[in-house]
Amino acid sequence: MGSARLWRYVFRRLLQAIPVVLGVVVLNFLLLQLAPGDAATVLAGEAGGAPAEYVQALRQRFGLDKPVPVQLALYVKNILALDLGYSFRNQSPVLPLILARLSATLLLMGTTLVLSLGIGVLLGLLAAVWVRSWKDHLISVAAIIAYAMPLFWIGLMLILLFAIKLDWLPTSGMEDAAAFYEGWERVVDIARHLILPAVTLSLFYMALYARLMRATMLEQRGLDYVTTARAKGLSERQITLRHVLRNALMPVVTVAGVQVGSLLGGSVVVESVFAWPGLGQLAFQALFARDLNLLLGIFFISSCLVVTINIVVDVVYVLLDPRVRVG
Amino acid sequence: MQSFWRRFLNNPRVVLSLVWLTFIVAVAVAAPLLAPSSPFAIVAKPFSPPFGEFLLGTDSLGRSLLAGLIHGARTSLLIAILATLAAVAFGTCVGAIAGFYGGVIDDLLMRVSEFFQTIPSFIFAIVLVAILAPSGTSLVIAIATVSWPPIARVVRGEVLTIKAREFVQAAIVAGQRDMPILVGQVLPNALSPLIVTGSLLVANAILIESALSFLGLGAPDLMSWGFQIGAGRAFLRDAWWLVTVPGVAILLTVLAINLVGEGLNDALNPRLRDL
Repeated sequence: MGSARLWRYVFRRLLQAIPVVLGVVVLNFLLLQLAPGDAATVLAGEAGGAPAEYVQALRQRFGLDKPVPVQLALYVKNILALDLGYSFRNQSPVLPLILARLSATLLLMGTTLVLSLGIGVLLGLLAAVWVRSWKDHLISVAAIIAYAMPLFWIGLMLILLFAIKLDWLPTSGMEDAAAFYEGWERVVDIARHLILPAVTLSLFYMALYARLMRATMLEQRGLDYVTTARAKGLSERQITLRHVLRNALMPVVTVAGVQVGSLLGGSVVVESVFAWPGLGQLAFQALFARDLNLLLGIFFISSCLVVTINIVVDVVYVLLDPRVRVG
Repeated sequence: MQSFWRRFLNNPRVVLSLVWLTFIVAVAVAAPLLAPSSPFAIVAKPFSPPFGEFLLGTDSLGRSLLAGLIHGARTSLLIAILATLAAVAFGTCVGAIAGFYGGVIDDLLMRVSEFFQTIPSFIFAIVLVAILAPSGTSLVIAIATVSWPPIARVVRGEVLTIKAREFVQAAIVAGQRDMPILVGQVLPNALSPLIVTGSLLVANAILIESALSFLGLGAPDLMSWGFQIGAGRAFLRDAWWLVTVPGVAILLTVLAINLVGEGLNDALNPRLRDL
């Protein structure tokens, strides 16, 4: 595909993202209206002990003495200028607070995505190859169970087994701050801390992708092109790996793209279990401090993150599958 | 209909799941009889081990774990079912209107439901409960708000295909009004996928409710499984059963609902079963 067309596609997807982002801002505004007390006290972090002059200044800036539509316009203007307010609890503006946590969350989400897609696809493939054997049943039963487990509970059970009983892995955090590791040693340390949270978050999606992969593999196997390939004299192995696998992968990639939002929600829970210093843990802390404005900021930024990742997934999808037309 | 029940109940997974669900529902209904005192009441010294005076021991404040589980069943099921009913009612309205009227209305409603599927729904639920202040009602509202879009999509799809069928066209020609056609002719025929999706939503609602309660956003006056796990997590090292047992209760219940949902799907669409 020509790169000009690809860029046009990216541009169009960005345009389509605008209503979603605006929608989130409006939703945030409506949530602010729902909160007890007036918006200025919420924006200042409710019980956060903001000075009275600051609250007054906020009232002025958000036009809280003006009619609601004007308030909405001012709010949208402030948010789109990325002015997400100030968190008195943390003595810092909201935006840098959130951005500082982004990389940890992205590391957790990225690892989870790779792990769950890789192993999920592999398990689904094997289950389809071994269909109706005891191995297929074993994979299916494991997937159904993994699908029903609450994330936070899996996390605690893994901590109990691997960190407390066996003492193989650390219980929480992202690195051993007291050890002052540098270079390669630090990478290994972070990786060791990453294993349990990433496995916890992965299990559910692994189960989802394995089940989906199995179903699409079986569906594809009954199609005409497989019969053609068989008539040509290809071995079952070649048919599975070269033809069926590729076609069966596409629905899984689509679903993986759709799941990004839920992955981010799951990481809130997992991060609070493992004290992983990402967005989720920040949300957890904001919850405890009743810092609603910080919470709304996290909701806004994480929505933007989901929209961005969705666009990236769509573009990757177009690059992978030449049949998808981007017109 | 008879063959539906035969197919449905011939599945051992479904039968086992139904047995467990019947048990949990019975416990939830009879909670005040089974555990008469408040589940928050301090009944013994903290951390008394299981199989002593109290079957499952007591937690860090000396509350009976078993009494908590019994009342937790009531909370989890009640909130999950109410939230699902609300989501099904709202999602059905949105999906039916979108599918039946089509055009701009359809576009608009589907954009809105896509929007709700795009945003990180769990974080949205957290924000909602935090702002509405934690209570049973706000849990129901938050869970329903993030759960309705799949229902809307399923109903819309069904309505689109059913609308084109002859009996609906006949009803239109016969001069029936839109609402009687929708409610009397179209929706009853969309019931089976609605039941399957709805039953899976109950499982999902239990998971969301437990996660919110775990994070401390549960209803403060209602004992719940997620809350028990959250309260026990700090003592994982010494009293692991405080966390393990409520988790197993959630796992089994969600698993049973999922299996029943799958069984319903298989029994309602027998041709798809082998897929």
